Amino acid sequence: MRAAAAALTLPPYEAHFMIVLRNFLQAFVLLLGMASAALAGPYEEALLKFTNDSYADTDAAIGAVAASGNPLAVDVVEALRDGRLLVGSGQVFVRRASGDLINAATGQTWGNPTGELKSVRVNNRVRRAIEAALGSLTLLSPDAAKRLEAARAVFRSRDEAALPALEEAIAQEGHVPVRNALETARAAILLSKQDALHTQKLAAVETLRDRGDQEALALLSNLPSHAPLEIMAAAGKAAEGIRARLAFWQAFQNVWYGISLGSVLLLAAIGLAITFGTMGVINMAHGEMVMLGAYTTFMVQEVIRSYFPGLFGASLLIALPLAFLVAGSVGLLIERAVIRFLYGRPLETLLATWGISLILQQGVRTIFGPTNREVGTPAWMSGALDIGAISLTYNRIAIVVFAFSVFAILLLVLRYTSLGLYVRAVTQNRRMAGSMGIRTSRIDALAFGLGSGVAGIAGVALSQIDNVSPNLGQSYIIDSFMVVVFGGVGSLWGTLVGAMTLGIANKMLEPYAGAVLGKIALLIAIIVFIQRRPRGLFALKGRAVEA
Amino acid sequence: MRTQSLFDRQTTVVLSLLAAAAILVPAMNGLALPGSALHLSDHLVPLLGKYVCFALLALSVDLIWGFCGILSLGHGAFFTLGGYAMGMYLMRQIGPRGVYADPVLPDFMVFLDWKELPWFWYGFDWLPFAALMVLLVPGALAFVFGWFAFRSRVTGVYFSIITQAMTFALMLAFFRNDMGLGGNNGLTDFKEILGFPVQAGSTRIVLFVLSVLALAGGYLLCRWVVGSTFGKVLVAIRDAESRTRFLGYRVEHYKLAVFTLSAMLAGVAGALYVPQVGIINPSEFAPANSIEVVIWVAVGGRGTLAGAILGALLVNAGKTWFTAALPEFWLFALGGLFVFVTLFMPRGILGAASDLWERSSQKLRARRSPQSVTHAAE
Repeated sequence: MRAAAAALTLPPYEAHFMIVLRNFLQAFVLLLGMASAALAGPYEEALLKFTNDSYADTDAAIGAVAASGNPLAVDVVEALRDGRLLVGSGQVFVRRASGDLINAATGQTWGNPTGELKSVRVNNRVRRAIEAALGSLTLLSPDAAKRLEAARAVFRSRDEAALPALEEAIAQEGHVPVRNALETARAAILLSKQDALHTQKLAAVETLRDRGDQEALALLSNLPSHAPLEIMAAAGKAAEGIRARLAFWQAFQNVWYGISLGSVLLLAAIGLAITFGTMGVINMAHGEMVMLGAYTTFMVQEVIRSYFPGLFGASLLIALPLAFLVAGSVGLLIERAVIRFLYGRPLETLLATWGISLILQQGVRTIFGPTNREVGTPAWMSGALDIGAISLTYNRIAIVVFAFSVFAILLLVLRYTSLGLYVRAVTQNRRMAGSMGIRTSRIDALAFGLGSGVAGIAGVALSQIDNVSPNLGQSYIIDSFMVVVFGGVGSLWGTLVGAMTLGIANKMLEPYAGAVLGKIALLIAIIVFIQRRPRGLFALKGRAVEA
Repeated sequence: MRTQSLFDRQTTVVLSLLAAAAILVPAMNGLALPGSALHLSDHLVPLLGKYVCFALLALSVDLIWGFCGILSLGHGAFFTLGGYAMGMYLMRQIGPRGVYADPVLPDFMVFLDWKELPWFWYGFDWLPFAALMVLLVPGALAFVFGWFAFRSRVTGVYFSIITQAMTFALMLAFFRNDMGLGGNNGLTDFKEILGFPVQAGSTRIVLFVLSVLALAGGYLLCRWVVGSTFGKVLVAIRDAESRTRFLGYRVEHYKLAVFTLSAMLAGVAGALYVPQVGIINPSEFAPANSIEVVIWVAVGGRGTLAGAILGALLVNAGKTWFTAALPEFWLFALGGLFVFVTLFMPRGILGAASDLWERSSQKLRARRSPQSVTHAAE
């Protein structure tokens, strides 16, 4: 540019000279470029092997590309994995995700290549090589997540060639989880490497034992046959330890699932326990109260989505009182309109409430449609907490905590409020309570409203883990009855014990008997149990001949 | 005394109506010309046959609920078990005509890659054996279940809930393929019964008439049971269980006997139902079905026997009409029926009718002799 600019101001002959000079310089630069192309390094040589279209050559090329240290190596190997590495007319190209074509040797964008391009084929052997190469290539990536990913890839591939890269990465690594992953990967490689030192192998066994998960266990129990006896013994012992640890966590996880299921049952059944306890009537529409609560949550979220998107995180908290009000007032309405005319006829009450449940189901189906409605999970409830070898999802934890809080609140309400006192009195002896001046019919209505309202807030919780559909209530009704009947009518503690026992027993049986058989076994167990204790675990004591 | 004579009149009416159905339906289907107003088209015959089977099921529920106060919400289980026993016979009759043409194994077993028939399928190729099982399997289940329940004095809503759990557990069990009874799809694709093609019009007529005869027989049996001394004790148990026990009756034995008898009746109903609808599958075990049976009885009139038959026919005819004309509203109607009947017609149609009858005859008598009114009203 400078020469050209000068040429404009110079006299013609001088300008001519400058042009000659410029041409010469340009030619020189061109020559230099050609020379550098001819003096190809290991990277370029390796690249050329891709053009042979033989699996053996591709395999070799991957190793060489990865070892070359060229900044383009990662791109090339990734492109090969994704089928975006193209060859044609003796050159190699990478097609970017954007569709641009770049020359793999120079990294320059390439317009229209001459001739046909075809992608380099891969088979399983090549895929393994790709995985190993990518592992060692990204071990030094500045992104910690990528390094972790790479360490895991190396762990899986157990590629001995990655060992030097691993050592280097371990020396530099500052991030503890990544460092652990790197060391595990090194241990895995050392264990399968034939000529590794004894002490190295023993250290590797220890590293794997500390890692203590399923993958480490698989590695320790499948040592190569050339491993020395001493290492075999150490590995066997370590594997034993891991197995015991995993078994413990497995049991812990089953118990946790059981508690989680138990809390769901507790939420669904606790309202039923109140109505069944005070009034001795079975509310077959109880499940539909749960469903109404879930649909209330859906409505609340719809309104929030359209008008106050910022409040979405609080949608469940807003839904709780509303669900209590909606389900509670529907329950109150049912009690005033139907059930109070049926006192002393529990079987008829059962039929009438069944009819109400059919009407509610069909009503919701008509209004909201028969399909599942989407209820979102607020951000603070998604994700999981990792403890030992298992992870607990936050929404399950929230439901367990919620169920126990509802239980505690109800317990306090029944123990320390006047309503609670009246409800307990009516539960224990209706006629005596009436004689003492308690308006039993008013208590019945309030207790029914309370029980239904609690079912409604159970629906808010269940909307997080179940499909919100018109049949939501149906799937809980039999289980809730089992809980109440098992725990004993009129006893909140009985309901708690019943729900937790059934939940945990169900989940403990599942691994052995399968979900369906386990459930059948549990139902039969409850049927048999009721024969032994017809009034449940925590039966109210009384002297009446007929309850 | 008056109730006794009312029952006798009721028996005559029920039996003559059933006889009329057994004669008229074949005649209207076979003799009346197609297109004439009297003609009954072919697809209506199995539909009516289905109603008759439901009526027999309702009768069995009325026997225990109406006369002994036992509300079973799991009677569909006995019905379905009877149906499965019959279905197993019909499956064996398919023989090599199945899709996979296996001479012995039903199609679903070939599909599951089973090599031989499970032991509990033996004997079902012989109708008398299958018929025996139709009675024995539901009867045995009811006996064992009732033995435990009644001996421990599980009564009222508790009993209702555990019968519901029973049918729910059976439903889950029969949904499993490992059960060896067709899993989800159940038993279907029947070809013939005793050598007669199941689909043929003439077979269906015969099955219809047999169902009517079974219903008449079941009705007479129940009538005889509730009219006997045994039946009087049942009513006593219904009205005051503890008092009956204190009088020295072994309440649980009476309950067990009538519960088992009722389950067998339900099994017969299921066995006749299956060849007419051509399929039996685990969804028949659904608790909702069993509860629906109870409402048939409640609509017709609990504790009247004839009312159970009437209720089953009416509600099912209504269901057929509703699900075709206004499918959205069927559950509203059914749910409303549950509420309406329990609130306003606790004794069902027959109860309401006999109340009306009594009131009008009282008026009649009052007009004749005013001084006897107070006595009659008592």
